[in-house]
Amino acid sequence: MLTTDLEQVLIWRAERDRIAAAEPAEKATLLAGRAQAIRRRVVQMIMAAGQGHVGGDMSVTDILTTLFYETLRIDPADLPENRDRFILSKGHCAAALYATLASCGYFSPKELGTFMAEGSALNGHPNRVKVPGVETNTGPLGHGLPVAVGQAVGAHLAGSPARMFVVAGDGELQEGSNWEALMAAAHYGLENLTLVVDRNRLQQGARTEDTNGLDPLDARLAAFGCEVRSVDGHDHLALAEAYAPPVTGGPVAVIANTIKGKGISFMEDRVEWHHKVPTSEQAEQALLELA
Amino acid sequence: MTAVDVAAPVHDNRKAFAEELMALAAADPRIVAVCNDSVGSSNLVEFRERFPDRLINVGIAEQNMVGVGAGLASMGFVPFVCAAAPFLTGRSLEQIKADVAYSQHPVILCGMSPGMAYGELGPTHHSVEDLSWLRALPGLDIVLPADRAQTREAVRMLAAEPRPTFMRVGRHKVPDLPEPSTLERGRFQQVRDGADVTIIAAGTMVSRALQAAEVLAAEGVTSRVLNASWLAPFDDDAVRAAAAQTRAIVTAEEANVSGGLGAAVASLVATLPAGQRVPVEILGLHDFAPTGSTNVLLTRAGLDAEHLAEAAKAAIARA
Repeated sequence: MLTTDLEQVLIWRAERDRIAAAEPAEKATLLAGRAQAIRRRVVQMIMAAGQGHVGGDMSVTDILTTLFYETLRIDPADLPENRDRFILSKGHCAAALYATLASCGYFSPKELGTFMAEGSALNGHPNRVKVPGVETNTGPLGHGLPVAVGQAVGAHLAGSPARMFVVAGDGELQEGSNWEALMAAAHYGLENLTLVVDRNRLQQGARTEDTNGLDPLDARLAAFGCEVRSVDGHDHLALAEAYAPPVTGGPVAVIANTIKGKGISFMEDRVEWHHKVPTSEQAEQALLELA
Repeated sequence: MTAVDVAAPVHDNRKAFAEELMALAAADPRIVAVCNDSVGSSNLVEFRERFPDRLINVGIAEQNMVGVGAGLASMGFVPFVCAAAPFLTGRSLEQIKADVAYSQHPVILCGMSPGMAYGELGPTHHSVEDLSWLRALPGLDIVLPADRAQTREAVRMLAAEPRPTFMRVGRHKVPDLPEPSTLERGRFQQVRDGADVTIIAAGTMVSRALQAAEVLAAEGVTSRVLNASWLAPFDDDAVRAAAAQTRAIVTAEEANVSGGLGAAVASLVATLPAGQRVPVEILGLHDFAPTGSTNVLLTRAGLDAEHLAEAAKAAIARA
């Protein structure tokens, strides 16, 4: 098990406080700066490892940054039972999660250099037994939401104010277990559960709508009892607003409309960058564009 | 006294399970039950009446059910996830692997009516693959209580020290084993001793193994009988001792032979030094069962006292 990096936690706390106190325009700038730093780190990790899922990492980064720097009631150095919980159900985007968790101080950012290296705690998919900040192991798709439903039911039983956030890929919603979980979430009135869909419209091999179409996704999620909020998944302020508790009392589904490969011109919305590894020249250009 | 009266009263272990769970839940608010519409078949009707908030019935959705159990465990609850064993294990095998065993969330998976308890309902409703599937998962305990006392003790132990576990909760009625019928993690219980052969039996097979030992005794063959009540972690020591101290081993389980108790015993015996590699006979299921009652199907599969005794003699003859 990796250990908390207290020095980094202090840096994260200061940054989070600064973001919390900032006016909207400055807040957006600060969050965008954090997100670009995480994207750069992810590209470096994937170059060092020689593998990874760069496209989805880029699309999910703003979703994660807003959660960990603005929304979640968490602190890596203080883990009370009533803290908020986060699950990255699209576990193949572990690099983006690890870079985010390390920036918060859940473990030392130095560990990121071991991503997918032999014996590293930082496996290609997150493992809670080894990585602080990971609440449950993901990788096979359709696992995060049922676990979060259990956590949300547990929070109700315990009278806890904790909120559960799950980020799922859009292609991932083709797994039936998600819809089993949503039925239960609505039935149990889990207003403390928020599903964020990274709607980049691409899955491993093709567009979602050419594979097994999800649209009308908003209507489908609403029909399953969710309060649906469709936003620009790269707009930090819009995401922060969409992460607010529901008005209706049921679960919230945030459709975060994103671009796979976001921020790297030659990767954006290109299906082949699901898990392709850049050449060193491409990586150089990617880092310049992300500066 | 280890003789088993064939006319002894027999019991459905689900009742003992539910009674113990309710008694513990009354004192421990962390205990919750999760089920898949199986409130009746899991004997949870009274639990629901007494603790309505703590029975989470997710409906007919086993993948979600196991995930919900993992989520509850991660919030500090002690979830007993109850469903008919074939659907609990088969439908949600990947959830058991990723959310429970690999994630090490302390969920107690309770496979109700395992083996061929649903006789005439057929192989879709039989759970004879569970031991093979789940024994392949590191970090998951497997418990097979053989009578009411062991069922109660399993519930008590797992509530006190929850860990990722699959336990079979038998519906096919079995007699109480000779006292004291105890349970220990990672250990088999010796319920009879003898020198010629060791019969290692699990769950419903333990009382039948004791009957087989009586049959063999009448023919001058003495049997050690082991109750393989905690299948994982596996009791290597008990098998080594059986190989060293008796001439042959017979295993009996209400399960497919491809990867359960017999396979575990055989793979250990195969690693012993040449002089200790005693013959092993493995009794269990080899095929999808035809239509029949549980008793008929067990007899047909050779899982009764007479067949067990014959298998013991065959094993000794190979020694």
